[in-house]
Amino acid sequence: MKIAVPVQFVPDLVEELIVDAQGNRLDPYAIRWILNEFDDHAIEQAVILKEKGGADITVIAPDFEGADDALFAAAAKGADHLVKITADYDGGINAHALARLFAPILDGLKPDIILTGVQAHSSLDGSAGALLAETLGLPYVGYVSGIDAAGGKATVRKEYPGGLTAILDVTLPAVFGIQAAETPPRYVPITKVRQAMKTNQIDEESQDLDLSGGLEPARMYPPEVGQRAAMLEGDIDDVAEKIAAILSDQGIL
Amino acid sequence: MNNDIYVLIEHVRGQIADISYIMLAQANQLAPSTGGKVIALLLGQGAQGLASDLAADRVAYIDHPALAEFTGEATQRVLADILARETPRLVLMGDTTIGSDVAGMLSARLNLPLVSACRAIRVEAGCLAFTSQTCGGKMMADGVLPTGTTLVLMVPGAFKPDQGRAAKAPAVETLAAPDLGGLRVSLKQYNEPASEDVDITREAILVGVGRGIQREDNLELAQELAEALGGVVCATRPVVDQNWLPTTRLVGKSGKTVKPKVYIALGISGAPEHSESITGSEMIIAVNTDAAAPIFDMAKYGTTIDLLDLLPVLSEKVRQAKSG
Repeated sequence: MKIAVPVQFVPDLVEELIVDAQGNRLDPYAIRWILNEFDDHAIEQAVILKEKGGADITVIAPDFEGADDALFAAAAKGADHLVKITADYDGGINAHALARLFAPILDGLKPDIILTGVQAHSSLDGSAGALLAETLGLPYVGYVSGIDAAGGKATVRKEYPGGLTAILDVTLPAVFGIQAAETPPRYVPITKVRQAMKTNQIDEESQDLDLSGGLEPARMYPPEVGQRAAMLEGDIDDVAEKIAAILSDQGIL
Repeated sequence: MNNDIYVLIEHVRGQIADISYIMLAQANQLAPSTGGKVIALLLGQGAQGLASDLAADRVAYIDHPALAEFTGEATQRVLADILARETPRLVLMGDTTIGSDVAGMLSARLNLPLVSACRAIRVEAGCLAFTSQTCGGKMMADGVLPTGTTLVLMVPGAFKPDQGRAAKAPAVETLAAPDLGGLRVSLKQYNEPASEDVDITREAILVGVGRGIQREDNLELAQELAEALGGVVCATRPVVDQNWLPTTRLVGKSGKTVKPKVYIALGISGAPEHSESITGSEMIIAVNTDAAAPIFDMAKYGTTIDLLDLLPVLSEKVRQAKSG
């Protein structure tokens, strides 16, 4: 079974987010890019499927800062092939453009299963996986948190609102938007990643970027705060005392 | 192009999701400005009855066995068929585990622009402008919607569900379903949420735990506070993904929506996936070392003291207050 995992990078929200001089996007030079958390789960789910029944895994990433590290980390976990897409990313990136970047490579690879993170927190134009599926003419199921595959069919667990889950039968090939891998992404020690750097190579593909379909905002800004929380001042004891008093006023205590 | 606003009605097992009413409220507010009608798109099998309280000028109902339960593929095919004939100004869908599957496929299939995480649409200088949230709620993005048919994935925020409910049943027009043969996705069964656990939607006091709890061992501190208060512990997605708490305790997009009297948010940043499910709380008290965390924008009270330092002291104070 062939599995492909197209991944993307998102701004690290732990860092301060700075809007650029034009005022309508994050300053690309101030962003620390990290692998999209949901894509990390997609890689993990691919490795789980490989452990269950054998698979050949290709991980594909746009050539962002940190792409090599993310790809070699994926190899250390069990990915067999690594692909990096070079393009002119200076004008930004969106889910529509990502889908178009991944589609020709996946068309050539013809995987049975394509796993990708169900969402990216920085996306303003939907899920790259759903866009990719339709571009390739394949079925898509998003918010997936478990997959079994055999004989050209997959049985997947899709999450619905309210804690309800549905079991769906899907004819392969198909694209799945991963909400969570069956088990949390494994930790790989740096020594294993270094080893993967020696034994794996990253293939490079160059492409043109087409951002159409996603909208460019006119303005980006931190939320305008209406009623921000009243911050409780003092040391630990004071703050605990104040919270207890608030709870008491609420009739809780 | 006409100026109508279509709203995809989201329903699972006979229950219309609140986001559908919220979108109808948004559509009704905009329609006088666009000069079009509000059309609710209801797909199902024998589901006409669900149309009765939809605040729409008309309900377009499509009945087919393949639509008895939601799948993105079948829904997308029906919408693509309608949108190939009709060209409304907007198509609103919930930015949910249901709507987002459909919208992406539809955008790629019909080459229509798509805006996601949209909180509000308004008329500005004769154009339709949107506000979306991004970067886990830490940033907002404003822009102008394109002039052609545009797909919009909406999150709650600007309207209450009751604003999209009608006292009088709207007119229902039944449309023929397109050929739905050869579908590649089918529903096998629903898995009920585990029922042996507590129902967090009924709890008056919730202690919500986020990534800031850091380690599974630290959950005990939250548990201790919940017990002292007579409440229960619930959590955000990352905590449940680590298997530190069961999915029955998950609050958020694919979990429960809660409306407690008090919600104590511990180490929760306030990302939209979680925060949109706690907006019904009477009071939120947030504990987070990041003073810029969006959770402080929705909390009534907050502190940046480390939760690991605060919790033992707070639990003790609560116990003292209760026994005193």
